[in-house]
Amino acid sequence: MSGFDKVVQDYAQAMAGLTDNMTVIAGGFGLCGIPEGLIAQIQKMGTRGLTVVSNNAGVDGFGLGLLLEKHQIRKMIASYVGENALFEQQLLSGELEVELTPQGTLAEKMRAGGAGIPAFFTATGYGTPVGEGKEVREFNGRPYILEESIRGDFAIVKGWKADRYGNVVYRHTAQNFNPLAATAGKITVVEVEEIVEPGELEPSQIHTPGIYVDRVILGQFEKRIEKRTLSQA
Amino acid sequence: MALTREQLAMRVAQELKDGDYVNLGIGIPTLVANYVPEGMAVMLQSENGLLGMGPFPTEETVDPDMINAGKQTVTAIPGAAIFDSAQSFAMIRGGHVDLTVLGAFEVDVQGNIASWMIPGKLVKGMGGAMDLVAGADNIIVTMTHADRHGNSKLLSNCTLPLTGANCISKVVTDLAYIEIRDGRFHLLERAPGVSVEEIIEKTAGELVVPEHVPEMRFE
Repeated sequence: MSGFDKVVQDYAQAMAGLTDNMTVIAGGFGLCGIPEGLIAQIQKMGTRGLTVVSNNAGVDGFGLGLLLEKHQIRKMIASYVGENALFEQQLLSGELEVELTPQGTLAEKMRAGGAGIPAFFTATGYGTPVGEGKEVREFNGRPYILEESIRGDFAIVKGWKADRYGNVVYRHTAQNFNPLAATAGKITVVEVEEIVEPGELEPSQIHTPGIYVDRVILGQFEKRIEKRTLSQA
Repeated sequence: MALTREQLAMRVAQELKDGDYVNLGIGIPTLVANYVPEGMAVMLQSENGLLGMGPFPTEETVDPDMINAGKQTVTAIPGAAIFDSAQSFAMIRGGHVDLTVLGAFEVDVQGNIASWMIPGKLVKGMGGAMDLVAGADNIIVTMTHADRHGNSKLLSNCTLPLTGANCISKVVTDLAYIEIRDGRFHLLERAPGVSVEEIIEKTAGELVVPEHVPEMRFE
């Protein structure tokens, strides 16, 4: 079964083939469940002109903020980008383009992209700036807008455990956009905390089946907390 | 007296029903969780992919892989479920969440809501707000009745870019409980000690005032 062994040994192999002006879909919500090592590798490679699709854009000095530091992102497709001063600067200077997309629409764009559905109708955004210029159709008396799906040249994903065949499970709310991103990349790379042998993961508990995954790499994670909130007790 | 943030949350909490799945926005809506009536169970949905959100963790249980949609560290209650973002928004957009509570800059008599963008100021994004207002049948907007300069936030037409169109029917402000129906605001309740005249004065959109307007009741 060696043809199914997706494990690569280093980050250069993990991101091989990424070139300027490509579209990269990244999993993660805030700093939770982000592929830290893969982002660092893109920074190291210096690839420029990227379109990055991700719910958020990291913070200054961490996550996707690393790619902003090196001016590698041309366009960001995201639902909320408020945690990043560098982002703000580059947006105001016109260097960076941003396409703000409602969070559910963003998730569905990835899901549909991965499932071979080119577009879908949704009520979200109708009558708002998001709906401007988009086709409107009524179903059962309610207006919906047409949203196109998204595919990436690369998808970069953070998993908890994967087996060698690329079956992945996620941990807690670090799941978020990761399974959706995983389906929507022409090349999907998953960075995980632990690699196990085929058969060790319970088949019915797998979140991302290996068919979606091209490369698996064992990573080391800082797992920085964005807002550490504790109960008083 | 205008309601405090806590009283506002208490009034909204009176709308909860046993067995409700509820999504609470950031700010005053979050406080509603503190006033769930005794003997009643509600399940909190957080749109990053958690149904059954619990309290903040302790120093011992804090986990970077366990956050809410406000990116705060949280816990999951026994019986919680965790899932991906498409599943989370299928719940929201499919109308499966029983009650959504969120803040706003403006609402108008058509049930339009503006809550995410002020032209000229940096736009941070709508996050999940547009999905929440488009997907839920039962939404309560909480906000102050007027802005800090005294300008009404209950208008004939929203002036700011919308978050959603024709989707709001209930607004609880620091002065009043208002229903939106037939293209008008309807005054249902007033905050204790607040006069009907003050509410009329601070409501820019057409307001229907019944002969008797009861005061909100707090236990």
